[in-house]
Amino acid sequence: MRPEDFDFIAKLLKDRSGLVITRDKAYLLESRLTPVARKRGLKSLDDLVGSLRTAGEDLLREVTEAMTTNESFFFRDIKPFDQFKDLVLPAMLAARAAKKTFRIWSAACSSGQEAYSLAMILKEETARLSGWKIEIVGTDISTEMLEKAKAGMYSQFEVQRGLPIQFLVKYFKKNAEMWQIDPAIRAMVQFREYNLLHDLKTLGQFDVVFCRNVLIYFDQPTKSRVLENISRVVPDDGFLYLGGAETVLGISDKFKPVPEQRGIYATTRAGAAAPAAAAAPAFGAR
Amino acid sequence: MRSCLIVDDSKVIRMVARKILHELTFTTAEAEDGQQALDQCKASMPDAVLLDWNMPVMNGIEFLRELRKLPGGQKPVVVFCTTENDIEHIQEAITAGANEYIMKPFDSEILQAKFSQVGLL
Repeated sequence: MRPEDFDFIAKLLKDRSGLVITRDKAYLLESRLTPVARKRGLKSLDDLVGSLRTAGEDLLREVTEAMTTNESFFFRDIKPFDQFKDLVLPAMLAARAAKKTFRIWSAACSSGQEAYSLAMILKEETARLSGWKIEIVGTDISTEMLEKAKAGMYSQFEVQRGLPIQFLVKYFKKNAEMWQIDPAIRAMVQFREYNLLHDLKTLGQFDVVFCRNVLIYFDQPTKSRVLENISRVVPDDGFLYLGGAETVLGISDKFKPVPEQRGIYATTRAGAAAPAAAAAPAFGAR
Repeated sequence: MRSCLIVDDSKVIRMVARKILHELTFTTAEAEDGQQALDQCKASMPDAVLLDWNMPVMNGIEFLRELRKLPGGQKPVVVFCTTENDIEHIQEAITAGANEYIMKPFDSEILQAKFSQVGLL
């Protein structure tokens, strides 16, 4: 690929999605965009780049989606979900006891496994949550992934990565060679198209945000901007989850690590007087 | 080091599983059918059993029911690994005392994920 073509695509992806592609990752362009080119009846990636320069919204979107689609699996890394059940959920139940409602956001949700994992955890806790209204919203930049998420239809391979067998039996039905998640679980999650680089305010407030393994694809200024955007929709006593290889240190002063809880961050506005402080003993109790 | 008994009538599957389990630092033993597996368990209980369903002599589910009746037979973590992939078989396995269930084809990633879910890793 010619250097000017690489630069053109790299800039396009950065502008539209924040994704940073460096030259050493040029192979990713080949592997992911060649199928897009073929689908359009183009012979090669070079031809695709040619069309991109004059392309309409459809092709630009398709190229962005092909490059930003990433794999996802149920209960990825396990630990964050244990922390959610044992620490974050009790903290929220204490902090929101008066309103009996809170909202969870699975940001860059891909095909929905994280959002559905949370929904299954909540379903398991039904007895404790009687009278509560807990919303789960999954957003992604890719309409194709969102369609898949909404359908809740997964391959045998996908349901075996992270999903305990008891949950498969309890919450999935076999549909030919695919496994579809229960309508009751699907009804607990709303999926919406959203770009993390855009203004997030129309999504409303979120008490708990999962934004794991997303920042790793961004450069420093974009990371700061996304964390800044997220901080605007998280209340003072809310929580943010990042991936194991991600941090806020040196990137944003809006969030700080929750001591001894790897991957969980609290807002820096959460002071001694904030409601989370009342729930904080839940973190120390264990 | 933890031990895993691989029970499968296919030599190829046993070899693949053995390779993956060695990478996960398990010691392994092998059996070609449920009866052989049961005899081995009577001699020495493994920490884990990776268990095929359809085998000659004694199949996987019969082996599992017999295993759970043995003294110390509740101890091994049993992970089915079979081409049977319908809810009925999975349910039957869980009822008989299986801890996890892998639907073939499998790879090292699936085996590793399932073994960590049941606390073997």
